[in-house]
Amino acid sequence: MKNKTKFFLGVDIGSYYTKAVLINENKEIVAREVTESGLSFEETSEKVLKNICKKYEIKKEDINKMVSTGVGRENFPYKDFTRTEISCLVKGVFHYFKKECTIIDIGGEDVKVVIMDKDGREMNFSMNRKCAAGTGAFLEDISRRLKMGINELHSLAEKAKESIEINSFCTVFAGTEIIHLIREGKKIENIARGVYESLVSRILSMVRINKNLVMTGGVIHHNPIVADILEERMGIKPYVPPEPQFVVAFGASLFALENA
Amino acid sequence: MRPLESTKKLKEILKNYYQELYEASKDENQKVAWCSSIGPAEILVAAGFKVYFPENHGALIGVRRLATKYITRANSIGFSPDICSYLTSDIGAYLLKETPLKDAYGIPEIPKPDILVYSTNQCRELQDWFSFYSREWNVTSYGIFYPWKVDEIGKEYLDTIISQLKSLIKKLEEITGKKFDYDKFKEVIKLSKEASILWRKFLESAKNIPSPITFFDGTIQMAPIVMMRGLKTAKDYYEILLKEVEERVKNKIPAVENEKIRFYWEGMPVWGKLRFFAELFESINSCVVASTYCNSWIIDELSEDEPFESMAECYLKIFINRSENIKEKELLKMVQEYKVDAIIFHDAKTCPYNTNTRFGMPERMREKYGIKALVIYGDLNDLRCFSEEQTKTLIETFAQSFEK
Repeated sequence: MKNKTKFFLGVDIGSYYTKAVLINENKEIVAREVTESGLSFEETSEKVLKNICKKYEIKKEDINKMVSTGVGRENFPYKDFTRTEISCLVKGVFHYFKKECTIIDIGGEDVKVVIMDKDGREMNFSMNRKCAAGTGAFLEDISRRLKMGINELHSLAEKAKESIEINSFCTVFAGTEIIHLIREGKKIENIARGVYESLVSRILSMVRINKNLVMTGGVIHHNPIVADILEERMGIKPYVPPEPQFVVAFGASLFALENA
Repeated sequence: MRPLESTKKLKEILKNYYQELYEASKDENQKVAWCSSIGPAEILVAAGFKVYFPENHGALIGVRRLATKYITRANSIGFSPDICSYLTSDIGAYLLKETPLKDAYGIPEIPKPDILVYSTNQCRELQDWFSFYSREWNVTSYGIFYPWKVDEIGKEYLDTIISQLKSLIKKLEEITGKKFDYDKFKEVIKLSKEASILWRKFLESAKNIPSPITFFDGTIQMAPIVMMRGLKTAKDYYEILLKEVEERVKNKIPAVENEKIRFYWEGMPVWGKLRFFAELFESINSCVVASTYCNSWIIDELSEDEPFESMAECYLKIFINRSENIKEKELLKMVQEYKVDAIIFHDAKTCPYNTNTRFGMPERMREKYGIKALVIYGDLNDLRCFSEEQTKTLIETFAQSFEK
């Protein structure tokens, strides 16, 4: 049976992680894979393809079309064509959410915000400027300064009774500010909550939120508190699609299917 | 991008221009004036000065990707990285006693001026840029102060500029020791106008579909209209250039193959990335057909019958010096006339004056007129403010959105 099925692959080569999604002609996800992007996008994307094939017991020749996206989209050796991560993000989100909405995707090194119309077209979009504030790199840097993992930072933030305001303009200065707060004896869980509040403030400065809000990306996948804070601030419960880290790769696989 | 043959001639012209400038700066009997790029060049030319434009020097530093080295040098003596990166590039190069003019045109140093003349119709920074050299060399820095960000043009605005232009002439007479020749002034104004009419025709050739030229051609071809206003050389060159472009139009030769999307570029060029942008737009089957920047040097309403009045009006009403209301109407007109599909706004970190993204303009263009608009972030010279990867993603996504 497997041999008669048509497969389509989307590979999202991001700055931190490479994600791949294999779908069948019914747009069902049949396999997915994630690994650190490392230093060579070529090698990593090949490895991801190999793992997907192994996992689902198929050969790469069994895949009808492959589309790569993300910062390393040009580096995937077996791509049929590329699409940008913003185009794939919209494609992936529209599959799950067919309404006009604001999409916020928080990745390792960038934040993308897109206004999508009811027909799945991006009406306006932007990315963070050359700055890590508001991205996964911000959380990683702060956790490192606090000598803990991101999971621990998240758990602490969930326990907070209040939040301490931390500047959202510069990652380096935010780190310095946090060390100062610790020395002042502020509670670490309140500081942790402040870190997430700061991330949300930065993102809110980038976009006018539509009545429908969709959140995707690795940060929301690993730090669901970000969605909670946004809901508290905006009074809108964000829709988070299944496996939000893979939405862009899924969108790429949909492009592969459509262009088969 | 299909190169224009005339550019070979342009290179010769520029080399001669700089050689003459340098010789004049070393000759006691000749006078050199520095002038801001939309300053009163016609008066300086008519008074017999060789005119040098430091903004062009700034752009050349940008094109040659030397800016970061020079900017940091200027920063070290107190010029902030947040102010104009033409200024910091130029002053940094001066402090390091370097200039790209040496490699490009064979002159060993920037020409020392007898007077520095600037207008405030563009920005605030020129005043302080020229003040630096005024202090360094003990040379007069003379400003023409314009009403700012004007909506409707009033006679009272023009009167204040005209009287300043006339005072400038007195100052120049003191330096040259000669009476200002008003007949020559009229001749210079006429030449400037004629060159400008040709420049307009060159830019307007992009109204054709497919366009025979791109914005990136404009950034190269604009040198004479910036630096040689009032000289016959500029007029003669644009006649040659226009002939070449008209030939392209006649034979339907496009600047980029397979032109599918037509963009308008709002804001400064990223001088160190012209090739990157030209190739990127070509790769997505698009042509940047028009720009605010290149259009800023269309000053074809000059009149030899009313030289002062027409100069005052032309230089007052340049795009950069208008209200948001006028700018909005002007952009809309350009989009319609050039059959533009979308506007790309360049937010240049160190040039707030030539950046029109910071008071909601892209949003208004989208919401009021339904014009697609994209904002990219960068700078004219400081490439530390520019991310090639991010810009590529934004522009490619923008192009992909046209597929739907």
